[in-house]
Amino acid sequence: MTGDADRFEAHGEHGEGAGHDGTAGRRGYGAHEDDEEHGSRGVESAGEEDGTEGKGPEGKDPEGKDPEGKDPEGKDPEGKDPEGKDPEGKDVDGPGRPHGRPSDPHSRPHDPNGPGGPREPGGPGGGGGHGEAGPPRIPLPRAPVEDTGLPLPDAVPAPPGLPHPVLKSLLGAWALAACAPEETAAVEDHLGVCGTCAEEALRLRAAVGLLHPTESLDVDPGLRTRVLESCLGRRPPRIPVPGWATPYDAEVARLDALLQDIGDADWHTPVRLRWFRGEGTTSRRTTVAGIIAHLLSVDGLVAVALGLDDPLETPAEAPTPQARTEAYWRASRFPLTRAVRGPWREQSHGLVRTVSFAGDGSGGLTVPYGGFELPLRDAMVDRAFECWIHAEDIAEAVDYPYGPPAPRHLHRMIDLAARMLPAVLSERRRAGLAGPPRQVRHLVTAGAPGRSLRLEIEGLGGGEWLIPLDSPAAVGSAAHEVAHVALDGVEFCRLAAGHVPPQEAAAGQDGDREAIRDVLYAAASLSRM
Amino acid sequence: MAAKDAPPRWDRKMQQRLARGEAAALGELYDRFASLVHGLAHRVLGDERAADSITREVFAHVWEDPESYDPRQGPLRSWMAALTHRLAVRRLRATGAATLADGDEGGAQELERRVRSASVAARADYIVTSMPVPLRAALERAYFRRRDYRQTAADLGITEEEARRRLRLGLQLLATAHDTGSSGGPPGHGGAV
Repeated sequence: MTGDADRFEAHGEHGEGAGHDGTAGRRGYGAHEDDEEHGSRGVESAGEEDGTEGKGPEGKDPEGKDPEGKDPEGKDPEGKDPEGKDPEGKDVDGPGRPHGRPSDPHSRPHDPNGPGGPREPGGPGGGGGHGEAGPPRIPLPRAPVEDTGLPLPDAVPAPPGLPHPVLKSLLGAWALAACAPEETAAVEDHLGVCGTCAEEALRLRAAVGLLHPTESLDVDPGLRTRVLESCLGRRPPRIPVPGWATPYDAEVARLDALLQDIGDADWHTPVRLRWFRGEGTTSRRTTVAGIIAHLLSVDGLVAVALGLDDPLETPAEAPTPQARTEAYWRASRFPLTRAVRGPWREQSHGLVRTVSFAGDGSGGLTVPYGGFELPLRDAMVDRAFECWIHAEDIAEAVDYPYGPPAPRHLHRMIDLAARMLPAVLSERRRAGLAGPPRQVRHLVTAGAPGRSLRLEIEGLGGGEWLIPLDSPAAVGSAAHEVAHVALDGVEFCRLAAGHVPPQEAAAGQDGDREAIRDVLYAAASLSRM
Repeated sequence: MAAKDAPPRWDRKMQQRLARGEAAALGELYDRFASLVHGLAHRVLGDERAADSITREVFAHVWEDPESYDPRQGPLRSWMAALTHRLAVRRLRATGAATLADGDEGGAQELERRVRSASVAARADYIVTSMPVPLRAALERAYFRRRDYRQTAADLGITEEEARRRLRLGLQLLATAHDTGSSGGPPGHGGAV
């Protein structure tokens, strides 16, 4: 209740502003009344003003522009001006309040143009006023003031003579301080004589005090995992999400929380997709919405492999991530908007659900990526990785804080990259981009130990991996270690995403320099659009 | 919000999936309602960690006993809100009572007052997020963006009369947040547990 009192007080303070406006209004209506032949027209025009007759702006327009100044209320221009250059200075804080989320919601009641003002005592602020104004004072079905005779207006300071239904309909706008000053004055006059309206006014006024900006924006992104884990600990699921799908589930939820917070315009913020090809970085310009479309199209590879709907309506030239993305972008005639979020989120929920039902054993299913393929369990980790990396791209573009994945999830991503390195290394070698195998004159027999590089990933989620250098079929071997690279986990992931050039990856290095170079370049080559 | 427009079918299926023990359903439930639950708990308790903890309790409750929600009684969303409200108010009372000395009459009254106003505030938040989008949009313009009702009408492409109607109706709905005798019962939320 204290809040309400504040509000009323605030209105009291602003009597000054309303008084000025009231004067202007009075003059306006007075002009009508003085004009004999407009005696009844005045009522009519008041009705039109408020659109009660459903005539809306058409009725007003000619009047507002009336060269003879028959409508000097000054209401029309203001009502039509969407920029709200209120003469009363209503937009004291400037019309450009950023996102309609004032930092201090309580500043609102101090709106220097709040209703109330001089009329405060008679208004709802008069405490139990409506009590006394009770039943006997309610002139509910009463006719508009004008109808009762012409002399009346002289006695009333602000006599806009709006009909009761109009005054009643204004109560919400009045409580929000969103009326024209004449209307504010008229409503407050009315509240002094109409018990029902006074009661409602009081109630609506109090309701305004309950409006707050939503506070739901800052849920800790890590809370999801903690909540789900604590639930699943209390009642083990009959259909769990396979461990290899949880990073994807978590990363998509994290990105989605970011997307929920950004405004419509942010979706069009330019973002550069970057990846590493051959010897250098490649990039492609798109927007935040374009990135989500990219994730949707490439996640679609997994969806298709699982027999779910393909998000692409027109087929891509090739079933590769890049071709699919380009096809999706091309298919949309208009710039992509936030509308892409729904399908992306729905598909990701569908994927998690489907792999849960398929069970842990489905991890061996093959997901074709065009040029190569991955088992489902790796593809889901790959998609989680991509989701995080692109979430970082987006976060950077819209200036939003974004942390790395949970260590357990990060570990799976690093592990996948480490396991993919030997194949990429040999691919690069075939393309002449990496040095030839050495000390090996024959093909390494599958499963035999080979020359290896020890990849040491520091930080939470890190670990050690031995990367066989000369053949993907070989097994990493500590006895054949020729080099050692130490790298932070997040840094390694950025390298593998093509976001950090291999020559700049801050790595502690030791041993065969060519082997190190080849591995770092191979890591960067894991990236793709 | 999304949940607002979702058919009751979603609620029914969600309850069945939870009952079946589908962990993926729990994740989806969280994704849809976490911000509502956390926001309401935060409004009542005014504390981040307490809100986290209530969020955990609410989802644990639903996960452990999905049958306690009856789709015929109303939307899952209202039910979740009522549950959150109940647990948060209980927490507020418990923590407040713990700091009260025996026989501290004034303190007890003060606590009741706090509980009541926190309850009203949380109910109001819920009403705002659940009211029809057109009403919310009008209130948002008039209150947060300080547009008068004519500007609001122009912004939303509606008549001025309609703008007035929406503002009034929106506030009338919001005012029902005050309509409750006790702080525990959240009639605004529909079928509480």
